[in-house]
Amino acid sequence: MLKIESIKKSFNGLDVLKSIDLEVDKGDVIAILGPSGSGKTTLLRCINFLESADGGTMTFDEDTYDLGHVSKKEIAAIRKKTAFVFQNYNLFRNKTALENVTEGLIIGRKMPRDKAEEIGMKMLEKVGMADRRDYYPHQLSGGQQQRVAIARALAPNPEIIYFDEPTSALDPELIGEVLTVIRNLANEGMTMLIVTHEINFAKNVASKVLFMENGYVLESGDAKTFFENPKEERTKEFLRNVTREE
Amino acid sequence: MSDRLVGILIDSLPKIIIPGIKVTIPLTALSFTFALIIATVMAMVQYADIRGLKQFARFYIWIFRGTPLLVQLFVIFYGLPSLGVMIDPFPAAVLVFSLNEGAYASETMRAALESVPKGQIEAGYCTGLSYLQIMRRIVLPQALKTAFPPLSNSLISMVKDTSLAANITVAEMFMATQRVVARTYEPLALYIEVGLIYLVICTVLTRVQSWGEKKIGSYENV
Repeated sequence: MLKIESIKKSFNGLDVLKSIDLEVDKGDVIAILGPSGSGKTTLLRCINFLESADGGTMTFDEDTYDLGHVSKKEIAAIRKKTAFVFQNYNLFRNKTALENVTEGLIIGRKMPRDKAEEIGMKMLEKVGMADRRDYYPHQLSGGQQQRVAIARALAPNPEIIYFDEPTSALDPELIGEVLTVIRNLANEGMTMLIVTHEINFAKNVASKVLFMENGYVLESGDAKTFFENPKEERTKEFLRNVTREE
Repeated sequence: MSDRLVGILIDSLPKIIIPGIKVTIPLTALSFTFALIIATVMAMVQYADIRGLKQFARFYIWIFRGTPLLVQLFVIFYGLPSLGVMIDPFPAAVLVFSLNEGAYASETMRAALESVPKGQIEAGYCTGLSYLQIMRRIVLPQALKTAFPPLSNSLISMVKDTSLAANITVAEMFMATQRVVARTYEPLALYIEVGLIYLVICTVLTRVQSWGEKKIGSYENV
């Protein structure tokens, strides 16, 4: 469904992504793991053109794009099939929960308001936020905001959702409600690419894992194999460190 | 206070208030509206970094913030006729006040636009909005909320600055007062009287400002 080949990105001469390949099939839940600064977030942002990659190709469904020279029109076309969930939620601060979900439908996709609101309410119900439809972001907790953000991502029925550390900005006791929503989506077969530090969550939910360090993919493949039988010494060390008993 | 003075103050009241309603308030309202339009455009071209237009905006702001308002009024009204450009007093005043206030307000607007976090724009793109849709629906409304208090300040300031238009023969409140003073020789009482009328107008605007802040304050920029 989505194939990325040799994507590259550098910031001021520092190579953040050094030729990374990635393949996503429909229904995959891919966890992107790795230490801070390994390029995980940059990878996700480049794939959705929030940063422009220096080179590489993307094949989305049948269409192939040169990531170094992609037009605004192509970007808009690709973004219609994708959705993004941010670490800091980034809900529109001047819109209520429901308006956040319907904005892209009514304005971006020219859907009639009543149809959009029907979808919006369905999505808010899905993340357990229907009773907060008229609340503004500042009236919601971090976990609630992130659930609305997920509803917003779901609304246009995207083919894939990218999650950029969706729980990193949350209070520990609010992480669970967000992870539960994502787990439900995985069970429904939603295709997702998730940058996360939640190792246990990755272990339980991901079907595949991509382990990154210093802009390279160090190890990737089936999640079960990755967690039970990692090949690389560095991967073993990482897993030992993050799962160490306190 | 002598009966004569009380009489003068009462008689002069309509002579001052009527030009206030007929000239000072329309002059302020028109100029401020144009200033807001100019400011929004100038702030947007800088914010969007449109080559050429951005430099033009900086140049315009530099000129109109760096020279006195009174000098600008004189250049337009007394200076331009020597180039064959004659503008009537009232439109000349509207032109100068709009351009002058537009320069200040565009800096207010630019700062307000820049205060909207980049994440709001990224989220807009990711939900399928275009740049213009994001500006219109997400960024500008948030920026206007931030800019509202300083812009209200500018409006109040402008009400008082319009008294400078008396210098280019616009028959506004201050000029009306000067005329009464010339006839009655009571400068202290009459200038205090017109000062109080300005104070009343500005007090009303201050009230409108707090009402407006509540009105657009249903969400918070946090």
